[in-house]
Amino acid sequence: MNSVHDMGGMHGMGPVEIEKNEPVFHSEWEARVHALNLACGYHRKWNIDMGRHSRERIAPAEYLAATYYEKWLRGLEMLLVENGLVTAKELATGRAESKAGGASALRASEVTSFLRVRRLARVDDEVPPKFRPGERVLTHNDHPIGHTRLPRYARAKRGVIDRDHGVFIFPDTHAMTRDKKPQHCYSVRFAARELWGPRASARDSVYLDLWDDHLDPA
Amino acid sequence: MSDHHDDEHAREHDRPLSGPALRAKALESLLVEKGLVDPKALDELIDTYETKVGPRNGARIVARAWVDPAYRKRLLEDASAAIAEFGFIGRQGEDMVVLENTPKVRNVVVCTLCSCYPWPVLGLPPVWYKSAPYRARAVIDPRGVLKELGSEVPEDVEVRVWDSTAELRYLVLPERPAGTQGWTEDELAAIVTRDAMIGVAQVKSPGQSKR
Repeated sequence: MNSVHDMGGMHGMGPVEIEKNEPVFHSEWEARVHALNLACGYHRKWNIDMGRHSRERIAPAEYLAATYYEKWLRGLEMLLVENGLVTAKELATGRAESKAGGASALRASEVTSFLRVRRLARVDDEVPPKFRPGERVLTHNDHPIGHTRLPRYARAKRGVIDRDHGVFIFPDTHAMTRDKKPQHCYSVRFAARELWGPRASARDSVYLDLWDDHLDPA
Repeated sequence: MSDHHDDEHAREHDRPLSGPALRAKALESLLVEKGLVDPKALDELIDTYETKVGPRNGARIVARAWVDPAYRKRLLEDASAAIAEFGFIGRQGEDMVVLENTPKVRNVVVCTLCSCYPWPVLGLPPVWYKSAPYRARAVIDPRGVLKELGSEVPEDVEVRVWDSTAELRYLVLPERPAGTQGWTEDELAAIVTRDAMIGVAQVKSPGQSKR
């Protein structure tokens, strides 16, 4: 979706300011929100791509005004209600109307192993690649209302396949319908001038990870 | 924007993001009451990212690559496996790619769409990495960003920006600074910074001046 989360190339955002000796979390609630997201993910009611799409759907003005963990809190509330772990009424009142059935919560003793489990974005499906390293590609000029990992700044642009990462879940469908649609994901190199015109350095380039479904031969 | 004339549904979606601390607390209480979350597990998750995972892990990888050519080769060919040799595996580090800086190439990592970052080797991302200025500017004006951050790139050096749009996670292997011959791996690891492994800084030896 063409919303403000897709920030690559925007102007007017101000300087990049690095905080010296930055703490991992700036307050206790930020830490709790981060942990709540992981602990709720344990129930596997949604996938990582649905998670990203929840935060993208925060209204643009709010998205820009919110701090990072405010966005994660809002996204989590959306995911919990949309996927049936919490009702809208429970969220509004803060009172549980019923206990969650069946699934048990992540326990402290399971945290280490939970975080070490390989999550399967890379899949074993035998899917032939559409492109080989060195081949020229043209990205789709497509503006889906739903989730996509092809940013606006790289649409309808010419690039070169740098390397084939192998077969991965396709986030654009996985976020919307849970369809994994396994296909090759590549690192695609774009000359900075192809993306940004003559103001960019002729020497520089931007690499994006894109899938077969984003690309046509050029 | 919402006002008191809106219906229940619209208000639900327009609720302002005020009082996040209160809202987070209310949500945690609700989830605990429903049996969906164990607060002790939350404590453990927080402790993991505050004390066990962080850029010291990545610094050990870089230092090893600087002193051990065979390790460096493995790291550049199959970063996931080479990093797993240290046990730095798991969430947000499943598929790693290491990018080698040279006198002629500077690599810079960003996630323009969200906040993708290699947790097992760098920990959770700093605020600036997740912020609008960096996400907006790193791809269109990397030289300007690097210059502002005190790491200007000479004209004849190529800048490669890596936008983390998939589940690959990128770690920059900075150049080993001059004047560190004979240093131990631990001594080298101590001078490797988070920002150098993201690509917005270079590693300086303590003898070098700030700029």
